[in-house]
Amino acid sequence: MTLEKVIELLAENLGMEESEITADTTFEDLDVDSLDTVEILMAMEDEFGIEIQFEEAGKSVGELVSYINAHKE
Amino acid sequence: MSFRIIGTGSYLPDHIVTNDDLSSFLDTSDEWIVQRVGVKERRISTEETVTDMACIAAERALENSNLKGSDIDLIICATCSSDSASPSAAAMVQAHIGAGGAAFDVNSACSGFLFALETAAGFFERGTVKRALVLGAERISRLLDWTDRSTAVIFGDGAGAVVLEAGDGYLASKLTTTGGNDVIDIPAHHGSSPFFKKELPPPFIMMKGQETFKFAVSAMTRDVMDVLQAASITPDQVRWFIPHQANIRIIQFASKKLKVPMDRFAVNIEQYGNTSSASVPIALDECNRTGQLKPGDIITMAAFGGGLSSAACVIKW
Repeated sequence: MTLEKVIELLAENLGMEESEITADTTFEDLDVDSLDTVEILMAMEDEFGIEIQFEEAGKSVGELVSYINAHKE
Repeated sequence: MSFRIIGTGSYLPDHIVTNDDLSSFLDTSDEWIVQRVGVKERRISTEETVTDMACIAAERALENSNLKGSDIDLIICATCSSDSASPSAAAMVQAHIGAGGAAFDVNSACSGFLFALETAAGFFERGTVKRALVLGAERISRLLDWTDRSTAVIFGDGAGAVVLEAGDGYLASKLTTTGGNDVIDIPAHHGSSPFFKKELPPPFIMMKGQETFKFAVSAMTRDVMDVLQAASITPDQVRWFIPHQANIRIIQFASKKLKVPMDRFAVNIEQYGNTSSASVPIALDECNRTGQLKPGDIITMAAFGGGLSSAACVIKW
């Protein structure tokens, strides 16, 4: 559930197709800079109603999903 | 009764420093700076002090208002890079233009100009002043570590000023401080006391980029929505949004979140960089002098910065 939503938000924010992103995709693969990362994480915060510590958010889509699952209600 | 703005002025140093100039001694590039910050060039003082820049901006604002220095009975200058701890920059401007009444500085980093406007509003509310001069003036270049590519590429020097008189042009405002020095810190001169033993951070601007970006966007969108609501105005009724020019990406993200198109944001960061508390009055002066402000226009100004501090207000031109 979380994974699908995270992929949807990433695709929307980066102008990509959802099929291009999987749990194994790293942020480095997505070629996002540090400020893009903040924009994306803020979109995740709004969506899931949590506060994300940037340095703990992980390096891949899968790690970010685990972080969100561990912190949301 | 509060105030209305009757004139504006600004001053920027002549010396232009381009991204290529910076790339000659920092490991950076024009492409990186334009993409991450949105600055192409900035004005850096070679001789002008904060006082010099503030005095010229003040003269221009007085000229724009058809007033003399002696017509002013309050001066408040926002600055975090003042030449002297005392006298204040405002006191030096007072001497230069021959004004009377009180003159003092306000320091709330990049939000300072809006904190100063709100302070001036209190004097008008009590009816103790007739005309006030409010400035933002900074020589941030002296607070930078010029070997630090993450901060040196962002800032520039300059000053902006407005003249206020009693009126109904200040419709709503909000100031917020969330105290702390972990995201942005601008240490002052340490002195050389032989008794002081504690180690202090170097006297240069320290800023955590990601945290600052998040704070800036969140604070600006929240503050703007709050002041518009307080003034019973919808975003589409606002002619100009004049944001602090910290980073083009902050302005673009705020534009997206507020659902206000970028063409209603006044933007000059490309030419001047982030001039801290001077950025809002400089941008306002540019809008004024290029004939883009008509009587009755609604303007929303917003700023954020060290403190952490943020502020927004709604002005009727």
